[in-house]
Amino acid sequence: MKRSLHSTILLLIFIVALLAAPALLSEFHVTLLNYIGLYAIVTLGLVMLTGVGGLTSFGQAAFAGLGAYTSAYLTTVHGVSPWLTLPAGLLVTAIVALSLGLVTLRLSGHFLPLGTIAWGISLYYLFGNLAALGGHTGISGVPPLHILDVELRSGRDFFYLIWAILLGLILATRNLLDSREGRAIRALKGGSVMAEAMGINTPRSKIVVFAVAALYAAVSGWLYAHLQRFVNPTPFSLTQGIEYLFMAVVGGVSHVWGAILGAGLITVLKQWLQDWLPRLLGESGNFEMIVFGLLMILVLHRARDGVWPMLQRFWPQEVRRAHAESVPRLAKRPLPEPGSVLLEVTDASKCFGGLVANDRVSFRVRAGEIMALIGPNGAGKSTMFNGISGVDPLSSGRVSFRGQRVESLPARRIARLGMSRTFQHVRLLPAMSVIENVAIGAHLRGRKSFIAAACRADRDEDAQLLQEAAMQIERCGLRDQMYEPSGNLPLGRQRLVEIARALAADPCLLLLDEPAAGLRYVEKQALAELLRRLRAEGMGILLVEHDMEFVMGLADRVVVMEFGRKLAAGLPEEIQRNPAVVEAYLGGVE
Amino acid sequence: MDLQIALLLGQDGVTNGAIYALLALALVLVFAVTRVIFIPQGEFVAFGALTLASLQAGRLPGTVWLLLAMGTAIALIEGATAVRARRFRRLPLILLLNCGAPLLLAASLLAVSPAGLPLPVQVLLTLMLVVPLAPMLYRLAYQPIAEASVLALLIVSVAVHVTLTGLGLVFFGAEGSRTPAFTDASFALGDAVLQGQTVLVIVASILLIVALYFFFERTLYGKALRATAMNRTGARLMGISGDLAGLLSFTLAGAIGAFSGVLISPITTIYYDSGFLIGLKGFVGAIIGGLASYPLAAAGAVLVGFLEAYSSFWASAFKEVIVFTLIIPVLLWRSLKTRHVEEA
Repeated sequence: MKRSLHSTILLLIFIVALLAAPALLSEFHVTLLNYIGLYAIVTLGLVMLTGVGGLTSFGQAAFAGLGAYTSAYLTTVHGVSPWLTLPAGLLVTAIVALSLGLVTLRLSGHFLPLGTIAWGISLYYLFGNLAALGGHTGISGVPPLHILDVELRSGRDFFYLIWAILLGLILATRNLLDSREGRAIRALKGGSVMAEAMGINTPRSKIVVFAVAALYAAVSGWLYAHLQRFVNPTPFSLTQGIEYLFMAVVGGVSHVWGAILGAGLITVLKQWLQDWLPRLLGESGNFEMIVFGLLMILVLHRARDGVWPMLQRFWPQEVRRAHAESVPRLAKRPLPEPGSVLLEVTDASKCFGGLVANDRVSFRVRAGEIMALIGPNGAGKSTMFNGISGVDPLSSGRVSFRGQRVESLPARRIARLGMSRTFQHVRLLPAMSVIENVAIGAHLRGRKSFIAAACRADRDEDAQLLQEAAMQIERCGLRDQMYEPSGNLPLGRQRLVEIARALAADPCLLLLDEPAAGLRYVEKQALAELLRRLRAEGMGILLVEHDMEFVMGLADRVVVMEFGRKLAAGLPEEIQRNPAVVEAYLGGVE
Repeated sequence: MDLQIALLLGQDGVTNGAIYALLALALVLVFAVTRVIFIPQGEFVAFGALTLASLQAGRLPGTVWLLLAMGTAIALIEGATAVRARRFRRLPLILLLNCGAPLLLAASLLAVSPAGLPLPVQVLLTLMLVVPLAPMLYRLAYQPIAEASVLALLIVSVAVHVTLTGLGLVFFGAEGSRTPAFTDASFALGDAVLQGQTVLVIVASILLIVALYFFFERTLYGKALRATAMNRTGARLMGISGDLAGLLSFTLAGAIGAFSGVLISPITTIYYDSGFLIGLKGFVGAIIGGLASYPLAAAGAVLVGFLEAYSSFWASAFKEVIVFTLIIPVLLWRSLKTRHVEEA
């Protein structure tokens, strides 16, 4: 990745400052920095979960507790080496996180955080009441870590280990987010419909990001156990879990560096408040939470992106403006024989309660033809699209695609078979660049896992995916806007981005829902030209469109729908003369 | 366990379950109308109980200061808005409502000695002190970001919860309080004794639930709230203000919370932070109802009450573990029932 000079210099200054810190600072400040590092590791996981994936958890402290207690128990009771208890702690955390994720992630977004609250409480009481884990007094005498023959006994010794791990995780997180799997995680925030239609297994992406965040917390807990040489339930309580979320939100929940900033701000503020508030109020207690709570409400009201973006304004932003051009092209799917039947819809019906939106509609689309689905507003065209593409399955009827029954398959499986679509209400991720949005369409054409992405073993494949995306963008005439945030484009052009994204999937059937709406005349002509070219290549296209000039000049065949039923079907000129169609559009002569 | 203990535990279970059911109803109501997951519901229970205890002990409850502070904050915000819009005629009403009424209440608490007043008056004073905090919270913390995602609103809720718990410690100290029973009556039920207070809690809960039912079925405001819960935009187009619906639902939730606190305070010792766990148990009930169905939520809450009572007998150290782990099979069951969920 190309980085601007400024960012590199800032990063270097930061690293040099870290290297020098233990030599220059007092024991107290080194300890403070150690804690900031430990908290930042947990917060980094939350940034990925909340800011990027749009999910959240109040139970991260409990995951840290799993890492800490596993290690404390195994090292003190069974004398296992701390370097072996790290993977053991990660395994325990992964098992718990995966089962919790499987249970809650299929439900709507708020059940996960509620589940984590309950889970955070129940684990806290479990730690405090299990005799084997020392009850509320905890486990003491946890052995220190050894690196080679050096024993890490003091906070100063630990400092480099904590910050090296933190910086390593930040790097891995950045790498992951800038990859195919990372784009899939970022797509979660836009709702699951688009992501699923692009072939992304959204429950899997959610579970991955949830598990990764939990594992980060477990690493922090493991470090904590061996730094403190003692564990008890308090640092893994729900209150601490809430504090982690505050750190993420205050720092900047969508930025990896916000994790360090937030952990630093809250930790220092807490230290300071714990000194001053009891003096002010004349008694002791967790009064800092009052201030934190108010601060949180203020941040969420006034600066929902946190403090990091405010700092970021002071140095120029790096914008990536290049993708590799000379990489081998992605393999293309062999297209079916032109004229062969691609899609066959038979007696498709869809009811919403008592409303029949589609009533026994049948039609076919062949390879190498453009078929238009037209009809007045509310005729059920978009419903039909959702039924065919698996986004909102039909109530009854059959859909076969390339000879295979698909009406009961989920959208991502249908996408894998080679059907790709656009949405009438544009579903792009406005903050992501056009090229990254389009690359989401190519999701199914990559293989590399998130582990490969985190250690950059996916670069060749990712370059291919981005090159493919760039090519489709050029094809749709958006070359100059490739690196702009897609939300900056006018609506008509955003529709073109949707088409480019659908094309990046290398489909043999393209479903376009009102692609020409909002386009100017010249752009419409260019779009029509593109669709003709795709047809000539052998792609089948199913088109919903209101612009009759556009449809009649382009379509090979037309199906007219009205009130959910098929009203007429035929060649464009037949349809234009059909009295029933004329009546549906213009009203009958009384 | 013999029958007598079983009955005793059952009595505990029903009493706590009734309180959880009330809270669960309030949580479902607030979530349906405003999409806010009202974590601070439990603080209203604690504030209700502790305010009553303070009044009975002849102390000025700290909630008075909170009421005055929040009233002033609202008056400042609303006043500034009115001045900017040059609608000066609204100022007296804003001041009267947000500063005048709390001041009057505080003054009357100082003037008479609340410890000597009859119990119903003390309860009424408690409700007057605690219930208005709920709509004030809505105005200050939630209304400015009413259109934000459920997630952002949830984080605000948690922030409000920690703030109120901290304030609770400042107001009431770390010691717990228990108020004297409302009634000394008891009834023989076979071998076991049925406490009058238990009967009172159950009867009051049922009455409140019936009252809520009539409110939602028979009154215009109740119907307006239901309409908002079903379709926010649609309700707004029909002239139902989203802000009003929010304030109203929060007032109801605050009233249910504070009243539950008053009911429960003779039964258990309430500390400044007890509300959270009580509220969360209401939540487990509400989640059993999918945060949508009132009868299921109430039934779930009663189930939580029983589970808690019996697990405190069998494995008292793991009482909380058992109650909060229950949520996992419940979520699993819900997730198997839901086939396809698309977040709005």
